[in-house]
Amino acid sequence: MRKGFLFGLAALAAVSGGLTAAPQSVQAAGEGVPVPKFDWTFSGIFGTYDRASAQRGLQVYREVCAACHSLDYIAFRNLADLGYSEDEIKAMAAEAIVVDGPNDEGEMFEREGLPFDYFPAPFPNERAAAFANNGAAPPDLSLMTKARAAGPDYLKALMGHGYEDQVSDDVLQEIFTLETDKRVQAYELALEEYEHKLEVYEDKVADGIEATRPTEPEQPLPVESIEDLGLSDGLSFNAYFPGYGIAMAMPLFEDGVEYADGTPATVEQMAYDVSNFLMWTAEPKLEQRKGMGIKVLIFLIVFTGILYAAKRKVWADVH
Amino acid sequence: MSGFQSNNGVIRWIEHRMPIFSFLDHSVGSEYPSPKNLSYLWNFGSLAGITLVIMIATGILMAMQYTAHVDHAFESVERIMRDVNYGWLLRYVHMNGAHFFFIVVYIHIFRGLYYGSYKAPRELLWMLGVVILLLMMATAFMGYVLPWGQMSFWGAKVITNLFSAIPFFGETIVVWLWGGFTVDNPTLNRFFALHFLLPFVIVGVVILHIWALHRFGSNNPIGIDTKGPQDKIPFHPYYTVKDAFGLGVFLVLLSAVVFYLPNYMGHADNYIPANPLSTPAHIVPEWYFLPFYAILRAITFDIGIPFTDVVIIEAKLGGVIAMFGAIAVLFILPWLDRSPVRSGRFRPIFRIFFALLFIDAIVLGYAGSQPAEGLWLAIAQVSTAYYFAYFLIILPLLSVFETPKPLPTSISEPVLRGGGGALAGAPAKPMEKA
Repeated sequence: MRKGFLFGLAALAAVSGGLTAAPQSVQAAGEGVPVPKFDWTFSGIFGTYDRASAQRGLQVYREVCAACHSLDYIAFRNLADLGYSEDEIKAMAAEAIVVDGPNDEGEMFEREGLPFDYFPAPFPNERAAAFANNGAAPPDLSLMTKARAAGPDYLKALMGHGYEDQVSDDVLQEIFTLETDKRVQAYELALEEYEHKLEVYEDKVADGIEATRPTEPEQPLPVESIEDLGLSDGLSFNAYFPGYGIAMAMPLFEDGVEYADGTPATVEQMAYDVSNFLMWTAEPKLEQRKGMGIKVLIFLIVFTGILYAAKRKVWADVH
Repeated sequence: MSGFQSNNGVIRWIEHRMPIFSFLDHSVGSEYPSPKNLSYLWNFGSLAGITLVIMIATGILMAMQYTAHVDHAFESVERIMRDVNYGWLLRYVHMNGAHFFFIVVYIHIFRGLYYGSYKAPRELLWMLGVVILLLMMATAFMGYVLPWGQMSFWGAKVITNLFSAIPFFGETIVVWLWGGFTVDNPTLNRFFALHFLLPFVIVGVVILHIWALHRFGSNNPIGIDTKGPQDKIPFHPYYTVKDAFGLGVFLVLLSAVVFYLPNYMGHADNYIPANPLSTPAHIVPEWYFLPFYAILRAITFDIGIPFTDVVIIEAKLGGVIAMFGAIAVLFILPWLDRSPVRSGRFRPIFRIFFALLFIDAIVLGYAGSQPAEGLWLAIAQVSTAYYFAYFLIILPLLSVFETPKPLPTSISEPVLRGGGGALAGAPAKPMEKA
């Protein structure tokens, strides 16, 4: 029994490591509406990338996202992972103009891109990017799925389900209730503080000390429409962006790209495809990792079993 | 060096000139007698040692690819993840190995706390362990800065800024730590240098820790001294095989996380390159610092002379003192708990307070992950109070007022069947035919 108790504690300690790390993501999600979960071929122990989808996602990136977003950590050669042939990669790279040099005369020169070149960035530097985009530089997309708590789910929700024209009434209602509650809570706190200040003020007045009367907080209006959220000018509403105001205008439109494989380019399809592609850009070794994991785990479990048997055998004569 | 024999001529030749084989045999071999009743909780010491080796091995391989410069650090880590052969594996093992290192060491520490492993004659052994913990924390903190992501940068900023609370010299010390007027390239460079150095310092202190351990040998779940050869078994093969099995279990768990949840224990914000102009919404340290972070933030009040406005310790300094005090108190623990009984098994009241301390540590950890306001702040304050009360008030009082249960006369012959408890693990099992 005693041992059970202590083992319980030890196990709890081991698990608590994971548990205490989890609240951070819960907390981040707790600030807005929860991000819906989608099905991905890369999740699970045997997960692999849906190459057709990732290829379509690359097309969406090149035709839509690349106008503003860089993809600094991806070279054209990496696209072999997605099933592109060497010639296709060469052709794609050749579409890019790359500044190289200096040459023998010390001059920089422009040339066609080659497979070892990295994806060209839309702006020469961050300042230029910010200047062209109302002061907020569009972030690099290479690691986007890993840099957000809800990862690919967040990206797909943001691009395919979050904008004013896309968002469902249920989610919208949820946001309105949430924001109304937040305002009421803030108001109640302010009211409490006001009453306290008022007491202090009245005491001072009674004692003949000069004081300014505190201002009573205004009763908040309920949030009933997107306008009531009071987003700054130039920001678009997005249900899944923290604070709901996103600088990126709705990027995807029905048939905004014409898929080479004939898949109908609905907004949801494009959001799914580009999220798949960006998961690959963030975690290109995922398939290698998961494939190796199975072998490592099977070996270790069998080997640990053998070690346990050895332990039992060695200890059999101890009493 | 008497017991060592070998049929191998080469080994005998070396042994004669440098008795390293008998040295090893005396250290972790058949000539090192250990109590026969050690439970699986005694696995975590050697496990911590092996984890240290894993961390150093993966760390050195990564250091060969890493660039300690603010303009290149983030990118070089991504290069490791993408272009270095099995670089992703090295990094994920190193990253998650750090988390597992702390899990293992925290279990090791709580085991010591419960079984009174800090008591005479093992005080120095315990204190060396606390030094290792401190060094580990410094190493982990500086390692987390190296990828130069958002949490790296802001974590470094928050933690180094703590030193500004020191009266008179605070600001000067912070500038000295940074090597400039903010967390910048000199800071990153020195953190890399120290992150490389400190693990080897840890190895040194670990050797001292093991040296001190070997003076009196391991404590054991009953907490009484071994009375003779009948209480002991040689470390090899008994504990080598038991530790090997524990290592197997550990590697299964570590691999499951490395291969299937590599970023679960990390923070998404650290995949955003450091940006000194944009503060993340919540700056949260890694989970293993959260209890201490909660203690730091629990001190929200100035400490001064009551009923006057005289402030002796400002809230910020108070928090820093409390945080470091939470570890400092462990140094003097052997002299706070004066009860002659080591093992918590024979201390009925101690056990309850110990269980509360364990829960308290987890609550502190959770509170540390929450914004320091409202209910969670109050919970953190109560938990902080209990943490210090446990060491500074409860243990000294228990030493006087608690009546321990009768102790067995020896490890081999626990007096009270059922009262003394079953001996650890497999020995109690009937012999098996293989």
